[in-house]
Amino acid sequence: MKKFNKFLLFSLIASLVLVLAACTGGDDEDTGDNGEETGEETGENTGEDTGEEAGGDSEQVLNVNIKEEPPSLNPGLASDTTSSSVLDQVFEGLTRIGPDGQPVNAMAEKIETSDDLTTYTFTIREGATWSNGDPVTAQNFEYAWKWVLNPENAETDYAYQLYSIKNAQKAKAGEVSLDEVGITAKDDKTLVVELEQPTPYFLHLTAFHTYYPVNQNVVEGNDEWFTDAGDTFVTNGPYKLESWSHKDKIVLKKNEDYWDAENVSIKTINMFMVENEDTALNMFNQGELDWVGSPFDSVPLASIPTLKEEGKLNISPLAGVYYYAFNVDEAPFNNKKIRKAFAMSINRKAIVENITQGGQLPAMALVPPTIWEENEEGYFQDNNVEEAKKLLQEGLEEEGMDELPPVTIHYNTSEAHAAIAQAIQDMWRQNLGVEVDLANEEWQVYLDTMGNGNFQVGRMGWLADFNDAINFLEIFQTIGGNNYTNWENEEYASLLEESRTITDKEERTSVLKEAEQIFMDELPISPIYYYTNVYIKKDYVKDVKPSAMGSINLKYGSIEK
Amino acid sequence: MSQPELNRAELEQSDFEPLVRDEAEAEKISGESTSYWQDAWRRFKKNKLALFGMGVIVFLGIMSFLGGPISGYDYYTNDYMVTNKAPSLEHWFGTDPLGRDIFARTWYGAKISLFIGIMAALIDVIIGVIWGAIAGYFGGRTDEIMMRIADILYSVPYLLVVILLMVILPQGLWTLILAMTFTGWINMARIVRGQVMQLRSEEYVLAARTLGANSNRIMFRHLVPNTLGPILVTLTLTIPNAIFTEAFLSYLGLGVQAPLASWGTMTSEAISALQYYPFQLFFPAFFICLTMLAFNVIGDGMRDALDPKARK
Amino acid sequence: MGRYLIQRFGSMVVSLFFIVTITFILMQLAPGGPFASEKKIPPEIEQQMNEKYGLNDPLHIQYFNYLKDVAQWDFGPSFKYTGQSVNDIINRSFEYSLLLGLESIFLALSIGVFLGVIAALRHNTSVDYTAMVIAVLGISVPNFILAAALQYFFAMKLGVLPVARFDSFLHTILPAVALATTPMAFIARLMRSSMLDVLNSDYIKTAKAKGLNERVVTYRHALRNAIMPVVSYLGPLVVAILTGSFVIEEIFDIPGLGAEFVNSVTNRDYTVIMGTTVFFSALLLVSILLVDLLYTLIDPRIKFGKEGGKS
Repeated sequence: MKKFNKFLLFSLIASLVLVLAACTGGDDEDTGDNGEETGEETGENTGEDTGEEAGGDSEQVLNVNIKEEPPSLNPGLASDTTSSSVLDQVFEGLTRIGPDGQPVNAMAEKIETSDDLTTYTFTIREGATWSNGDPVTAQNFEYAWKWVLNPENAETDYAYQLYSIKNAQKAKAGEVSLDEVGITAKDDKTLVVELEQPTPYFLHLTAFHTYYPVNQNVVEGNDEWFTDAGDTFVTNGPYKLESWSHKDKIVLKKNEDYWDAENVSIKTINMFMVENEDTALNMFNQGELDWVGSPFDSVPLASIPTLKEEGKLNISPLAGVYYYAFNVDEAPFNNKKIRKAFAMSINRKAIVENITQGGQLPAMALVPPTIWEENEEGYFQDNNVEEAKKLLQEGLEEEGMDELPPVTIHYNTSEAHAAIAQAIQDMWRQNLGVEVDLANEEWQVYLDTMGNGNFQVGRMGWLADFNDAINFLEIFQTIGGNNYTNWENEEYASLLEESRTITDKEERTSVLKEAEQIFMDELPISPIYYYTNVYIKKDYVKDVKPSAMGSINLKYGSIEK
Repeated sequence: MSQPELNRAELEQSDFEPLVRDEAEAEKISGESTSYWQDAWRRFKKNKLALFGMGVIVFLGIMSFLGGPISGYDYYTNDYMVTNKAPSLEHWFGTDPLGRDIFARTWYGAKISLFIGIMAALIDVIIGVIWGAIAGYFGGRTDEIMMRIADILYSVPYLLVVILLMVILPQGLWTLILAMTFTGWINMARIVRGQVMQLRSEEYVLAARTLGANSNRIMFRHLVPNTLGPILVTLTLTIPNAIFTEAFLSYLGLGVQAPLASWGTMTSEAISALQYYPFQLFFPAFFICLTMLAFNVIGDGMRDALDPKARK
Repeated sequence: MGRYLIQRFGSMVVSLFFIVTITFILMQLAPGGPFASEKKIPPEIEQQMNEKYGLNDPLHIQYFNYLKDVAQWDFGPSFKYTGQSVNDIINRSFEYSLLLGLESIFLALSIGVFLGVIAALRHNTSVDYTAMVIAVLGISVPNFILAAALQYFFAMKLGVLPVARFDSFLHTILPAVALATTPMAFIARLMRSSMLDVLNSDYIKTAKAKGLNERVVTYRHALRNAIMPVVSYLGPLVVAILTGSFVIEEIFDIPGLGAEFVNSVTNRDYTVIMGTTVFFSALLLVSILLVDLLYTLIDPRIKFGKEGGKS
């Protein structure tokens, strides 16, 4: 920023001089000339100042765009993908999601599980240190997790990620004291965690940023330790936060003291914050960025066909589903057959091929194929207009209606959502002969509208927190939370509850499958497509791949120019 | 100083005869009588640029209704077989990412954009004229309070106010117009107030008052019609401003919402595809510029025509 | 002069008070919760956040607290960026906007005045017509369309200037030009007509008749007087630059205050919306005051306390 102050001062003086010259003007030959000279001077000045920035270690430097200022670099507070794409590089949890998508030991050297799968004992790695030299201890984890669960600490949106731990939810609600939460540091290196129920995906969770430790020594008593790079921003991951120029750029440097430092190749990561996707793509084309797209930002829609033709586009599956929620309390969606008719008359293939274009898969089920491969097929046939018309007729008869009332599609403001809504509007209009209106609102307003049930059909999406079917199915266990449909089903709920007690993997899956079958039969939502990671990268960027959870581990990557 | 020798015809006394003095004849105006407005129109007609602007607006107005039918497409039907096609014989202006005909959409957009522009300008005029006339006519404390309110509202930048209002209002065509007129009328009010203040001490106002006309009548039958010139000029310049504002808001995602389409929304959607399908931006952008240009030259022409003194 | 200043300052404070009040009311009327989250926040957590930010207090208490804070130039915390205050955001982004704004004002003034003057001096010649065509086009092309077009031709097609961001002087050229064009066109037209007026006035004719050098007449006498309307346009110029920055900074990815404001609108980050609005208004009021002072300073005919150049 220093260079700017200088530049600023120059410009300020130049402009003031100019304005005054122009106003009292006349003594000079021509105001224009005078001004231009001043302008050039200023220009040279900045030019020189910026020159140095481009230099540095040109090898093993990765330039990415994280699009926006990360809302929070406190792992306990962060609740968005931008923040986590930074946090995942600078912090490390007990486990880390490895290149094959399975958790591998990270801060934990050894993990023991009790037979009933409800107690986990983690042994912290010898030699695991914080960037300020302190050793990473079991107490650091206990402190960080309990800090999140402390009812006095607001803004911990993602506290519920810890709710698998015994008494965690009760503690957050203030019903029990933090001491009763199942997190105990037995000694400096041993952390014992008790869970509410068997949680087969718990080691996936411990890789998530809400489960990261923080260094109690620097964090305690300092509410702003995470707002800037510097002495208080102490981390334990493969990278250190070298600098953070807000709204502009974050620089990460390799942490040489990291326990696995010998396997970390990329030395510097420049994370630019370029909001405009087209600009980012241009910077990529000019060689200023090495990566554009998931999980950091997105590839501009309009460029996708060209990139695809050139064979530059990379696509990998993402565990998430884009869907339209029906409000089952609102006619005509109180009728199961009519809901089905609407769901079947959507041409998902046309949407993913022409609008989203990022290799997304048409979704005719709830749980994405990254979790259950067979769901690629789904429970019904895409774009089955014949069947839809038949179901509609039957549904109308059941309800004693002659024709469909007008229907309004709600969505939150975004170009992509608008395009999909307009496509579906057109499909329903043509296939079902129904009058369809569109209504859009900004996200927060939209959430209110949906939460109050003031909608008929509304767009929603769900990206997995962890790679397990339960994460999708439990959304709809009860009304409220993220289930806006007003749909509830006793059998469905009890199946989910049953699954929580089962320790056998296959048995659990089959119970969950049964639940999904009920769900797809009732169809309180119409799935549209499964998300994908869409990105382009320079050929010399190796071994970097976004995960199905939408996270990325640059630790494994390298640059081979 | 020497008299230059002039070569003039010799005239005799007999070449002249006295003209009969006729009182009736003397009062007769031999030239065609032209009212203020006829005179203004005559001057306006001489301004080729302004006439051109007028022609453009009339053409756009007609096309906004005929454009769709001529193309044979509607503005909303998706056709995935022909997405992002460059202009051709089937689609004169090409197609957009949903395969919709840009020609049809452009003229539909014309309808919405012109509607917004004209409605916003009209509402500005109505509020502005009433406010300005009352403040200017009564003067004193009334004027002080009314203009103080206007001043405070005016000290927040116009676009800032519109954006703030769009944040809290539900999105829609009319709320957009409402937001644009929320402080848009102030400029008009100031102009009318200034004019009315000047005119209210004129003799004809005194005469009207003496004859027992009430304030309402004096304001709106006598004073306002005499300020019509500046009002018209401001009106013409408000329309392109409103069209611009709508487009500006669209770029920020606060403009009219799908399935409605204005030139603004079309432009803002096309900007992101500029590198790949420049034609998608070209047409709506071209028509926005053309419309702004047309209204601006009409406004200039009107100012010149209505106020001969200011003519350059 | 002292009394005039105090008076002006007083009315500025009153205006600001109303602006703060109005924005506060508007933001209270705004639908939707204040906390942005990608997924639904459990109710107990949301409750704790409301508590932390004092959103559970009665409205009038919230209002007075806000007034008190604003009076101390404290706009509170951002809801979206945890740990960052609105003041932090304004402080870090304003310098970009100021820089861009000054450069644009400079461009608009210098080119606008230049075009206006040569158009007037070469009245009814092709120079005049060219200058006026440029001016009319400048007014007709919306700044964001111009920005996109400039970016397309100069950065993408020709590759002579950077596409976006704000790292060096070269980076500032396109956004500054895009921002400056419309006001530049206004200034050119203003300058031309006022210059023509002045050139036709008696004292200029006298000066010429006296045999004064043409250049001296034009630059020393005519220009000095003809520039007055341009000076009174400085207020609206500041407004145009300020609001133009909303889109220009978006298009060129400049992390300035305009982009920050637009961002806060899309994020519904209410404290940032209020803070930036109040800041913009204060900025504007101050610059209008400065313009008025400047006006009185350079035009001896205007006395303090009389009607100045108001936007």
